[in-house]
Amino acid sequence: MKTFPIGGVHPSDNKKWSCTKAIETLALPDVVNIPLGQHIGAPATAKVAKGDKVLTGQLIAEATGFMSANIHSPISGTVTAVDLQPNGQGLRQMMITIKREGDEWMPEIDRSKELKRECALDSAAIISKIKDAGIVGMGGATFPTHVKLSIPNGCKAEFLIINGVECEPYLTSDHRTMLERGEELLVGVEILKKALNVEKAIIGVENNKPDAIANLNNIITKGKFAVEVEPLKVQYPQGGEKQLIAAITGREVPPPPGLPIHVGAVVCNASTALAVYEAVQKNKPLIERVVTITGKAVKEPRNLLTRMGTPISALIELAGGLPEGDVKVVNGGPMMGRAMVNIDSPVTKGCSGITVFSGGDAHRVPTSECIKCAKCVEACPMGLEPYLLQRLASKQMWAEMEVERIPDCIECGCCQYTCPAGIALLDYVRLGKQTVMGIIRARAAAAAAAKK
Amino acid sequence: MTVLLSTILTLSVLGILAAVILYFVAQKFKVEEDPRIDEVEKMLPGANCGGCGFAGCRAMAEALVLRDDISALFCPVGGAECMKSTAAYLGKVAPEKEPTVATVRCGGVCGKRPRTNEYNATKSCVIASSFYVGETACAYGCLGYGDCVDACKFDAIKVNPETGIAEVDPDKCTACGACVKACPKGIIELRKKWPKNRAVYVSCVSKDKGAVTMKACKAGCIGCGKCAKVCAFGAITVENGVAYIDSQKCKLCRKCVNECPTGAIVLKGMDPLPKEPKAPAAKPTAEKPAAEKPVAEPKAENKSVNEQK
Repeated sequence: MKTFPIGGVHPSDNKKWSCTKAIETLALPDVVNIPLGQHIGAPATAKVAKGDKVLTGQLIAEATGFMSANIHSPISGTVTAVDLQPNGQGLRQMMITIKREGDEWMPEIDRSKELKRECALDSAAIISKIKDAGIVGMGGATFPTHVKLSIPNGCKAEFLIINGVECEPYLTSDHRTMLERGEELLVGVEILKKALNVEKAIIGVENNKPDAIANLNNIITKGKFAVEVEPLKVQYPQGGEKQLIAAITGREVPPPPGLPIHVGAVVCNASTALAVYEAVQKNKPLIERVVTITGKAVKEPRNLLTRMGTPISALIELAGGLPEGDVKVVNGGPMMGRAMVNIDSPVTKGCSGITVFSGGDAHRVPTSECIKCAKCVEACPMGLEPYLLQRLASKQMWAEMEVERIPDCIECGCCQYTCPAGIALLDYVRLGKQTVMGIIRARAAAAAAAKK
Repeated sequence: MTVLLSTILTLSVLGILAAVILYFVAQKFKVEEDPRIDEVEKMLPGANCGGCGFAGCRAMAEALVLRDDISALFCPVGGAECMKSTAAYLGKVAPEKEPTVATVRCGGVCGKRPRTNEYNATKSCVIASSFYVGETACAYGCLGYGDCVDACKFDAIKVNPETGIAEVDPDKCTACGACVKACPKGIIELRKKWPKNRAVYVSCVSKDKGAVTMKACKAGCIGCGKCAKVCAFGAITVENGVAYIDSQKCKLCRKCVNECPTGAIVLKGMDPLPKEPKAPAAKPTAEKPAAEKPVAEPKAENKSVNEQK
């Protein structure tokens, strides 16, 4: 069975808590907060002001430039504020607050459940529809999908890879989507194929989801879809774009600024494929997504179809509330997620799950000295030397970090997970990456200014 | 015996030969350096802190000797005295700069700024601030993990374990600015140093609206602008919901200290003015010419907060 060639770890996947729970629709929230920056790139520009009436699916913020995404109202009601609000990490972010009045949808959105397979649109029209719908990568990276589908000059896409790996422990939203909405998802894949003009589409699914693999294969044979399903050996971080390409095609994406398209691959998340189906065939913008609420101490783990902007506390409440004692609520999974301090912050486009840890799990392990065992080097899927990067970052040796290829780091956390001394490698590596990327950007800007 | 003799002879001849060669090489490749650089370097404090903007005291000495105009150069550690003596030695005009001192502008001590969560990761301000808001609800206040302490080469800044906030020892502080650069929240500022370590400053940099600030910290500046109204010297401006006292314009009259409803304006090294009844306090405001008046109209929500109080 295929997997990526170097590094990786195999944490206990802990998907059993929620993987058997069917997707339920969460009751509509009374108030939603919609951050303007829910994607990589420039935050969207608000198109509504306080007092405006909006319908479900109405455009409320427009993409600012190419590398940005539209944002639509997830409910109908009145805009009560466009202001700075604390996000999950407590940092102030521009958000549109809407108070709900009923649930009146935009008339052009087709809300029927009927499967619509035929798509007569051409590539440009599909991409433009995806752009209008504000679709971004729903695996967590939130890269605008229309940017990914716009192939740069001189490149040619050969493969479309659909990321159904969901290697992050605990999370099951993609798993449930592939199980319950496989047909729509596969139509979405065919639309993406058409948009990219490629022959081959492969859905990569880790082998710990045999039911999803069987379900997709079943639908493919029945519906004669020209899509393959590739079962993959369980290994974290297989869902990383570069790792998945390496696992499926055996090709290595060149280091930054190298992109997957340089080896002929385009990778989209499975939930994104479903969103593409809904946007292109049903005119429905990205206003809801499946969010897993899970954790060992959670009374009733669930997979919830949630409107964007719903406070995360509403999901936690439905899952039985927070456990007693020390609690850590993480937006995302345990490996790549971000701990939150404000659980009233909203569900966003990249929020695939909420994981709750309690007691000892909520704390970090005590640290001791590095014994140079090189486990982190072995675990790094990008072939970096995390122990060295950590040292360099703690001494603020940014130039040396750049030489050690810090921009390659995908922040997967394998190094820290595997460290027997419990050293917070990723804390420093991430700091180093941020600083070095800043230096590189400043240098590029200076070079561009000098050229002018 | 002959072996011993020949060894001594060979080595001596080799030694003399090498000495002669080295002498000529040294003559040929001699580096001409102004001898004054060594002298000036001795006059500088030798802290090698980089506060002057140069890599160390030697580089600063070179610049002082080689540049004609040294008005842009200043050693914050040695201060005006050191600059005067070096300038006198070099026969140049001494650069003038008022002495400054690092000031930590956060008053969110434990009692006033409740902790809302526990930070479990690496104890470093720059790492913590890249993760999230901090252990309190204030996104602008001191995190207290001591990046400034690590940056200080003079042992002048310490995090007080009781308040959780960095404190500067003004007698030890040389105003080199290392802590200012190290603080990811931009809380530390170099302010004019008054005799006897006197100081008046707004001990808050929160740009949040008054109500939000109030909720996060009882010692925060809510941007009400009362201080700006009483200031007779136009030293106080209110921008982005936070007051700022220009230490160059401030005359330490202390009127603003009594006006501040949250106690965000800190007074050090002096006794506060006796509390006066409200009516006379408003008088100087009326007398002040309108042109000098800085911005500062209290915002609606700030007012309501004050009234509630």
